[in-house]
Amino acid sequence: MNATIDRDSIKFSDAKLIVGLEVHVQLKTDSKLFCGCSTKFGSDPNTQTCPVCTGMPGTLPVLNQKALALSIKTGLALNCEIARYTKWDRKNYFYPDLPKGYQISQFDKPVCGEGFVEVKVPKSDQPSRKIRLERAHLEEDAGKSIHDESGKGGVSRIDLNRTGTPLLEIVTKPNIRSAEEAKAFLTELKQILEYIAVSDCNMQEGSLRCDANVNLHFEIDGETIATPIVEIKNLNSFRAAERAITHESKRQFKQWKKSGESIHDAPKQTRGWDDSAQCTTPQREKEESADYRYFPDPDLIAVIITDEEIETAKNSLGELPASLRTTLQSEYGLNEYDSAVIVSAGRKMVDYFRALADGSGKDGKPNGKMASNWVGQEIMRYLNEHNATIEDYPVSAETLADLLSRIVGGEVDQTRGKEVLAEMLSSGCDVQSAFDKLGIVKVDSGDLDALCQQLIDENPAVIEEIKGGKLKAVGSLIGKARQINPNVNPGVLREAILKIIGI
Amino acid sequence: MSVLDNSIEQLAQQVSSGDVSAAQCVDASIAQIRAQNDSLNVMISDCEDAARERAASIDAKIAAGENAGPLAGVPIAIKDGICTAGHVTTAGSKMLENFAPPYDATIVQRLNDAGAICIGKANLDEFAMGSSTENSFFGVTKNPWSTECVAGGSSGGSAAAVASGIAPASIGSDTGGSIRQPASFCGITGIKPTYGRVSRFGLIAFASSLDQIGPMARSAKDCAILMNVLSGHDVKDSTSARNDVPDFAADCEQDIKRLRLGICRQHFEEGLNEEVKASVEEAIKALESLGAETVEIDLPHTKHAVATYYVVAPCEASSNLSRFDGVRYTSREPAEKLIDMYSQTRKVNFGEEVIRRILLGTYSLSSGYDHELYKKASQVRRLIKNDYDAAFEKVDVIVGPTVPTTAFKIGQHAQDPLAMYLADIYTASANLAGVPGISLPCGFSSDGMPIGLQLQSNMFWESTLLKAAHQYQTQTDWHSKRPQS
Repeated sequence: MNATIDRDSIKFSDAKLIVGLEVHVQLKTDSKLFCGCSTKFGSDPNTQTCPVCTGMPGTLPVLNQKALALSIKTGLALNCEIARYTKWDRKNYFYPDLPKGYQISQFDKPVCGEGFVEVKVPKSDQPSRKIRLERAHLEEDAGKSIHDESGKGGVSRIDLNRTGTPLLEIVTKPNIRSAEEAKAFLTELKQILEYIAVSDCNMQEGSLRCDANVNLHFEIDGETIATPIVEIKNLNSFRAAERAITHESKRQFKQWKKSGESIHDAPKQTRGWDDSAQCTTPQREKEESADYRYFPDPDLIAVIITDEEIETAKNSLGELPASLRTTLQSEYGLNEYDSAVIVSAGRKMVDYFRALADGSGKDGKPNGKMASNWVGQEIMRYLNEHNATIEDYPVSAETLADLLSRIVGGEVDQTRGKEVLAEMLSSGCDVQSAFDKLGIVKVDSGDLDALCQQLIDENPAVIEEIKGGKLKAVGSLIGKARQINPNVNPGVLREAILKIIGI
Repeated sequence: MSVLDNSIEQLAQQVSSGDVSAAQCVDASIAQIRAQNDSLNVMISDCEDAARERAASIDAKIAAGENAGPLAGVPIAIKDGICTAGHVTTAGSKMLENFAPPYDATIVQRLNDAGAICIGKANLDEFAMGSSTENSFFGVTKNPWSTECVAGGSSGGSAAAVASGIAPASIGSDTGGSIRQPASFCGITGIKPTYGRVSRFGLIAFASSLDQIGPMARSAKDCAILMNVLSGHDVKDSTSARNDVPDFAADCEQDIKRLRLGICRQHFEEGLNEEVKASVEEAIKALESLGAETVEIDLPHTKHAVATYYVVAPCEASSNLSRFDGVRYTSREPAEKLIDMYSQTRKVNFGEEVIRRILLGTYSLSSGYDHELYKKASQVRRLIKNDYDAAFEKVDVIVGPTVPTTAFKIGQHAQDPLAMYLADIYTASANLAGVPGISLPCGFSSDGMPIGLQLQSNMFWESTLLKAAHQYQTQTDWHSKRPQS
């Protein structure tokens, strides 16, 4: 601590926030990382265990190749260098839910090396930034301890179902600069993981878990002063992550103003996020100082990853969210917001959108804007109301494209079109049957002229108003026309009336 | 004369042809346990009921004209650090006094499939940590040649079971000499195969990168027959080798003309007992008379083998034994705090030598010391392997003593762990390099204790070792000598 620094003059806005994230992703494999037990969530305690994952004497781990393949796939999607040589190490510590007394992890040769995720903070003017990744390594999960928290000294219970589940730990460099950016990073990461189908990313079930390392830097007289690093655990939602980082940065600022304690004065601390109190609180440490005594696991052989394996993984990636957003903007004319909405709804939604826009386009040009509006309003609302995904949506993209084409072609207007969609949703019929049921027929020019004449004859006052320059008054005629013939197209009708009265 | 005095080949043939029943083999073996175990303490437990059931089913199979396997009816003692389903497997520790694994080790399954009968679980140093079987929670195993002496270790029970006629063969494990040294002390033949040749699944780990299971028997030929059954890749052990398995027994019949024998100066330097030296030199002459040629070789880093071994092995052991924490199936010492439960449970249930090695290993892996200890030891290990690679450019087999002395007295090294560790001086380097080694009897000391000859070869050349040992045994009768019971 530098005694000459005048901390009183330093404001919170002078602090530079430094955040690094560690994200544990449970990989979507049927069986555990080193044995054949199921990874299904929510089964009765200790029903998904075997001698290997409970660490019984004499048993040996055997690597699940699928987990390795999913790790390589994830690494590629996150622009990571993929190791050609990767190996397993033991992380030694005692805890009742760690049956072997060590966790099989990766220390110095992780499967994925440095990479990055391009992140844009929503609703901000800042350009997108590359959040740099340090590494991603594969490891086995521990079990679950269930402690009696009544304070009455009840027994602790241990469930080893989760023990040995494959986790990929993704570690960023400390180059996240705000709580919003942290949230945006997590959102983008989750989207990528979902797109490449390597994880369920279900935070409630713990298949995506996040810890944040936070501290502050002050530039004072050309010198950088850093506050002690705090690791925040228990971040069970992205919102919690954002709030916890914001809260922690303020707490650290206050603490530093008071004590002046810098990174050199205190070791890294662990704090937990209390969602109900909206603050971070100190956590009990597992061990006084963590010396995990890493060494290579002699029960497993090192893995050589070949060009072919990397090529196979690359080919299985499909188009990633960032690239899809660009495509929706450049090829479908969507703006940043609309493209983000569609892409965030998942790969199937993007496929639906593209089929809809392509199928209702004209002259080889996709009908992007209109398709986006229908998807964003009609479809999303239906899916929200029914808590459904696009795969469950009863109207296919081809059918809906047929409807949009007819709207574009003037057979029916948007408002009536929505009634057609409602009919198709409720009865499951196609566009033509819905038209028939609703009595929609194209109004021919003779009928249209007759209708106009009738309106002109019956509403002389309105006609006078229009002739007097109040063109808006046509609206009341359109309303009347639709009572007489609901199939009439408002735009066409308006043109026809104005033409007849000579305006 | 007992049916068990026959060679394994003969015995299995007699059982298969119906001349001798598997039940008779079991009777003879159990009778021998009853006669010997009180004085020698060879077995921790017997498997009498299960063995009789197995024998009945083998006899029924043979009566029905079915093939009962190459080891039909052969009783085998299994080191109690190897898991046998449903039968208590203690690893010689109070910690596992009541532990009955729900699974068989892969080698137990292979033996069963070959028609062998597990007759009981042989004594060992606790978690195979020791060179005398004095570290067993279940008491010391005495040497059948002299009950004042140790049987060696850690597979002391397995060696004594064969020497005392309880079983014609046994299974041991060798981490730094634990098959070869007791084989030498008890006057039998025992082979530590190449690392990876035999599956380790079900072997309660001491030091995973060094541990290897192997057979112990009265002759090289018997060992070869067992090697045919034990060897081969196992999907349950990632470190088991996919190399082809030769017919070791058939290979024994080849001659050893122009076999190049390497004589390593370092194996004949100070510390080597004169009588042991004389017998080994005599054995080398016998091998030369069979057509082998001798070549001087140098293994300059072997002098560091024991030091290297006593860093690497405790490091791995400290981690392997972490699972014995009182949380799941071992006996638990009650305590208020979790950390006290751990330390009390481990203090009460682990013996002194095990605790010593856990401490050594934990220290050697600790941040700040790991570079000077674990990592440096791993580098020296590489140098030792390089020495072997260079030597095997020039020779086929390295020949020398297995141990510097004959079996020492019980209690002789009790106060001096370092002196005990030196019993591994000629054997530990093979484990560090992963190469195979065999010990076979080559004489007796003036006080009547057996002397062992060690042969080592390149990785996966067990055939050469077994062939040389077998050819030697066709010309000598040291392996046929039996202790007075």
